Amino acid sequence: MYHKEKSLQIKNSASALYNNLGVLRIAPKQLTYFTVVHANVVNMVSASWDGLNYSHRQLQSKEPNVATSTSLIMQAAFCALPSRDLLVVTSQKGIQIYESDGSIMVYWHALETPETPTETAVFARGISAVWENYICVGVSSGAILVFDIPSKGTPILNNTNCNLCLWKSGEEFQVLNKIPGFDMSCSSVKLWKGTVVAGYGSGQIRLYEAVTGILHAEVNAHARWIYSLDIAPFSGLLLSAAEDSLVRVWHLSMTPETNTVEVAHLHNECVTDTQICGAKFCDGDGYAFAVTGYDLSEIIRYVQP
Amino acid sequence: MSSRTLPLLFINLGGEMLYILDQRLRAQNIPADKAKKVMNDIITTMFHKKFLEELFKPQELYSKKTLRTVFDRLAHASIMRLNQASMDKLYDLMTMAFKYQVLLCPRPKDLLLVSFNHMDAIKDFARESPSILAQVDETYQQLIEMYTPLSSGDFQLIRQTLLIFFQDMHIRVSIFLKDKVQNSNGRFVLPTTGPVPHGTQVPGLIRIFSCTGEELTRLQFNNGGNYTGALREGSFDLCGERITKLGTNMYSVSRPVETHMSGTSKNSAQHKKVNSAPNPLAKEELNLLAMLMGGLEVDKPGNTDSGFRVNLFATDEEEEEALLSRPDELSYGIINIQATQDQQTNAELAKIMGEFPQGEDHPSSASSKGDDLLAMMDGL
Repeated sequence: MYHKEKSLQIKNSASALYNNLGVLRIAPKQLTYFTVVHANVVNMVSASWDGLNYSHRQLQSKEPNVATSTSLIMQAAFCALPSRDLLVVTSQKGIQIYESDGSIMVYWHALETPETPTETAVFARGISAVWENYICVGVSSGAILVFDIPSKGTPILNNTNCNLCLWKSGEEFQVLNKIPGFDMSCSSVKLWKGTVVAGYGSGQIRLYEAVTGILHAEVNAHARWIYSLDIAPFSGLLLSAAEDSLVRVWHLSMTPETNTVEVAHLHNECVTDTQICGAKFCDGDGYAFAVTGYDLSEIIRYVQP
Repeated sequence: MSSRTLPLLFINLGGEMLYILDQRLRAQNIPADKAKKVMNDIITTMFHKKFLEELFKPQELYSKKTLRTVFDRLAHASIMRLNQASMDKLYDLMTMAFKYQVLLCPRPKDLLLVSFNHMDAIKDFARESPSILAQVDETYQQLIEMYTPLSSGDFQLIRQTLLIFFQDMHIRVSIFLKDKVQNSNGRFVLPTTGPVPHGTQVPGLIRIFSCTGEELTRLQFNNGGNYTGALREGSFDLCGERITKLGTNMYSVSRPVETHMSGTSKNSAQHKKVNSAPNPLAKEELNLLAMLMGGLEVDKPGNTDSGFRVNLFATDEEEEEALLSRPDELSYGIINIQATQDQQTNAELAKIMGEFPQGEDHPSSASSKGDDLLAMMDGL
């Protein structure tokens, strides 16, 4: 179904972090941006669609006032909002928001870190663009920081809310539902057509109806911890990647009459001897996808012939 | 990342160090009493009460340089000497072995079982010495207390922190190459066969449910591997079957320890840049070293009759050759006292290394963590 294409080389290897691959398609410029995190550096590659031009950039996690400290980055992700695209980078120290090409930092939010390290880690992770103009970022305490993103200028921290699973966003955020955990870490979540798709440390993928929390489907998908999920919204293709070296492509389909969701397995790719840490579709149809792995200094690409 | 990583890093690396030294001591036919003394001296220093107190405090991982310095000191806690080349090789082996174990842990919590495997072996090394056994048991208790309540997510964070520490290390180890667990490019083999981790199902099943919760369909898919069901869970108690073999002693007299220096990752130079901190010894790291020095109550090598040198290579010529041909990017950058620019750090480090005579005045600066510790050390 897919075959391997020419890999993109990156300056450093990828760190073992969840969802460690960001992809942004810039149609007007015929470019795609990729981001991969290595310790305290974000490696950015910009690849032209004709495969002829590549450029690289590195962003270091640096707090404005603390010149000497280094801080490990937890995640870098693109947020594509109707008005603008931004790159969000979260670390142990705080959250940085850049223009999507990484050229300018437009916002910095420091997390409250205690003087001496505490038993529980402090960090921010889990980045999502919501509705028209919000970006949400999870914090290790369980809170979610919400940023108002104006179409131009500086983002504003809106409010902080705690321990919520599903919100309806409109004028304000309201809690709709909480999906109970089951003593297993959830490392990746995607929302598609009212269905929550969640990947777990046990290697399972579960699909829930967002509003009611009903379990639609359960897949024993991987033999190790799942690190990344992605959905191609136009085709309903689901991509899952795990420490077990496998990337799998699935197809999701809804049957509104019976209120059920079907999951069909389509394809496997094995990245030999690699613990995969990021996998993303490169376009909304799922025509191509890209993969990163721990200790690997390349972005591997697969495309449908 | 996780502030609970250092104890596991230290104990597992220490365990690997003991396996390797034990093998070399036997291979070089060091007299049993001397060999026993070396092993006991190292174990008792590793698990010194004050040292453990410092180790188990929540803190960020030490830099590679500092950790290497700590193990340098630990390896020399007794009458045994190691040349630079041998120490480098010892450290290479220790780190690649533990990297392998962390990478191959079926689930993050198994990292604790790996640690218990090392602890079980250390307990066996110390079996004839009741006071050391007591120290080992105390360490078990601290491990159990700190780690058994953690969730799988917490363990995965610890594991990810360790993987960042070991990133880009691809030193080829003879015993791994022979056993086909490492490829000739230095990367470890990750099999898609064998038992799944405890708590995971063999991949292959899709279950679809109706909106009332009853199972509507079951579908099978090809998982692309050859997996079997999970083994039973290992024991997290003081004693018990750990089930996993990761962390057990893979050396024996007939399987020598060797590394190959070629085929290193081209990213290692880049990685070194990422890791170099402006202050090679931050105050916190100073604490641990200070505590380690405090635990060194053993005979110093003033008596040259009892001291001896251990070689990690087959011959002295090989050892010398290894020192000369070691690639720059693999040097551990042992903290060179002369090269340190920071005067204060220089003075403190020099004291720790025992270059200043006891009882010398030290600057009466405002009380800070480092100064208190130095005062404590002077009183030892």
